[in-house]
Amino acid sequence: MRLLRWLLVVLSLGRLGRRRTQAQADEQRIVPKGSPDRGAENLVLVLLALAILFAAGFLFVYGWFAAPSMPNELLGIALGGALACVGGALLVVGKRLVVSEELEDEYPGDNPDEQREVVQIIHESGSRITRKRLLIGAGTAAAGALGVAALAPAISLGPIWDTGPLDRTPWRRGTRVVDEKGKPISADDVLHYTFYTGFAEGAPKEDMASYLVIVRVDPAKLHLPPGRGGWAPDGILAFSKICTHAGCAIALYRKPTFTEVEPNPALVCPCHYSTFDPYTGGTVIYGPAGRPLPQLPLEIDSDGNLRAAGNFSARIGPGWWNVRSKPTYGVS
Amino acid sequence: MSILRWRNLRWVLVAVLLEALGTAAVAVAQPQSGIVRPTSEPPKPSLQLGAELYAGNCSTCHGIAGSGITKGRLGAGHILGEGPPLRGVGARAADFYLRMGFMPLRNIYSQPGPLRERVLFTEKEIVSLVKYVASLGPGPGIPHPNPAQGNLSKGLQLFTDHCAGCHQALARGGFVTGALVPPLQTLTSRQIAEAVRIGPYLMPRFSRTQISDADLNSIIKYVQWTNHPNNHGGWGIGNIGPIPEGLVTWWIAIPLLLIACLFVGRRIRRS
Repeated sequence: MRLLRWLLVVLSLGRLGRRRTQAQADEQRIVPKGSPDRGAENLVLVLLALAILFAAGFLFVYGWFAAPSMPNELLGIALGGALACVGGALLVVGKRLVVSEELEDEYPGDNPDEQREVVQIIHESGSRITRKRLLIGAGTAAAGALGVAALAPAISLGPIWDTGPLDRTPWRRGTRVVDEKGKPISADDVLHYTFYTGFAEGAPKEDMASYLVIVRVDPAKLHLPPGRGGWAPDGILAFSKICTHAGCAIALYRKPTFTEVEPNPALVCPCHYSTFDPYTGGTVIYGPAGRPLPQLPLEIDSDGNLRAAGNFSARIGPGWWNVRSKPTYGVS
Repeated sequence: MSILRWRNLRWVLVAVLLEALGTAAVAVAQPQSGIVRPTSEPPKPSLQLGAELYAGNCSTCHGIAGSGITKGRLGAGHILGEGPPLRGVGARAADFYLRMGFMPLRNIYSQPGPLRERVLFTEKEIVSLVKYVASLGPGPGIPHPNPAQGNLSKGLQLFTDHCAGCHQALARGGFVTGALVPPLQTLTSRQIAEAVRIGPYLMPRFSRTQISDADLNSIIKYVQWTNHPNNHGGWGIGNIGPIPEGLVTWWIAIPLLLIACLFVGRRIRRS
């Protein structure tokens, strides 16, 4: 509705300020005068209005649907339709509204008379159009609508205002670590030279802060940051599985068979190859990640199962403006 | 006096011939690369043959009786050997590394990695070596997977969960930081099962609690299916994803559009 109102404003503006000068009618014309073609002009206006509707449709679909259920085909139809209608309008303008004349001269260099003639040709080519300002207004509106549609993905930028949910994790002291089937992970099940995915018991599966990647390393090789002395019982380490670069799941693990000639173990993200060193508590050793992988302190309970001994060392997830500030996590 | 006259050229020719003969002589004088074998082998695979082959081909890096060499020492022929111990790796590892051609290293100074070489041992020699390495200490035996019992779509899901991060969705391989990841076409079921359980070189290993034998059958079935994926679009373009797909846009679709423009447009006629 709003767009339609603005369109009407533009149309009415176009009717004002129309001045006809007869001065140029007296000079000799280069391009022959073309007969008006109101049918073609109407077609152009219809096509541009359709383009505005398609662009508005794109904006509506993008804003209405949540990301998991986004109907991509509707987005494609909307954007493609908008572009096709603008293209069609330009086609009609070119074929039926602009008076064309084939000339064989090269572009004039320094001769001012010839330059003036070129300007005159361009001006006279549009002489067939009777509602020039209306068409220009409609074209501007269509281009503007397309531009707004192109900016629509800004809706997905987040977090915009409410960063509270990013402050919360399901981990507390004593929360059990479970696998994807909900079975607690026992410390004896965690072997060397491989990696496991863990979840917080009781947390919903969509909670990004619940995902862990768990590895076991030789405790003698650990160089954890100060304050994390007891965070890796028996050399078992747990880190957030969400990469601190752009939020992909860290699904790659590189481990040496023969340490003499092969590099140390590393957790690697498949998206942009951010590489994290488990020995030093998740520091970045390669790749675009801007901060270390948050580590979760572990303890082994009386049944031999893994439990959290506190909350993460830092906020999880990709970077945003407050990611390095101290999170207000729950009881640690 | 031009050097191209025959009486000058013949000396050049003599020099070139002498040079070639000298190079051939030097090449023949190098120690031969390849397998060292006993002059007469028994007809059947045996532990004794395995021990002899090990001593001649493997002990330089893997040490006497599989003890491993971790501080580089000069061995026979002044060769710097360095290799992990083989005690307890079992028949499974020996069978895998030998049949894949990973071991023995073609060039003793080259970095070990998942690079397959031509297998120079005969079948009898491989069985003997596997027997010998298995005897060095208790270790896992050779797995016997059955991919026919696997489920292809479950295999796709499991492969995507556990393997595709490094090996690519269609097992075409790729890179991880500091590691080369090989493609998995042309592997036998046994080699795939062995690799999953061993975790060779920089690859992690997956135990039965992580990937059960039934799950492994499904994964193997999927990996062998990737030899001939059903390319729905009609053209797989190498099955490696967005880069060749983008090249189709740049090198095929855009030239076609430009050609269409040539036909649609009007030529400027110059008088």
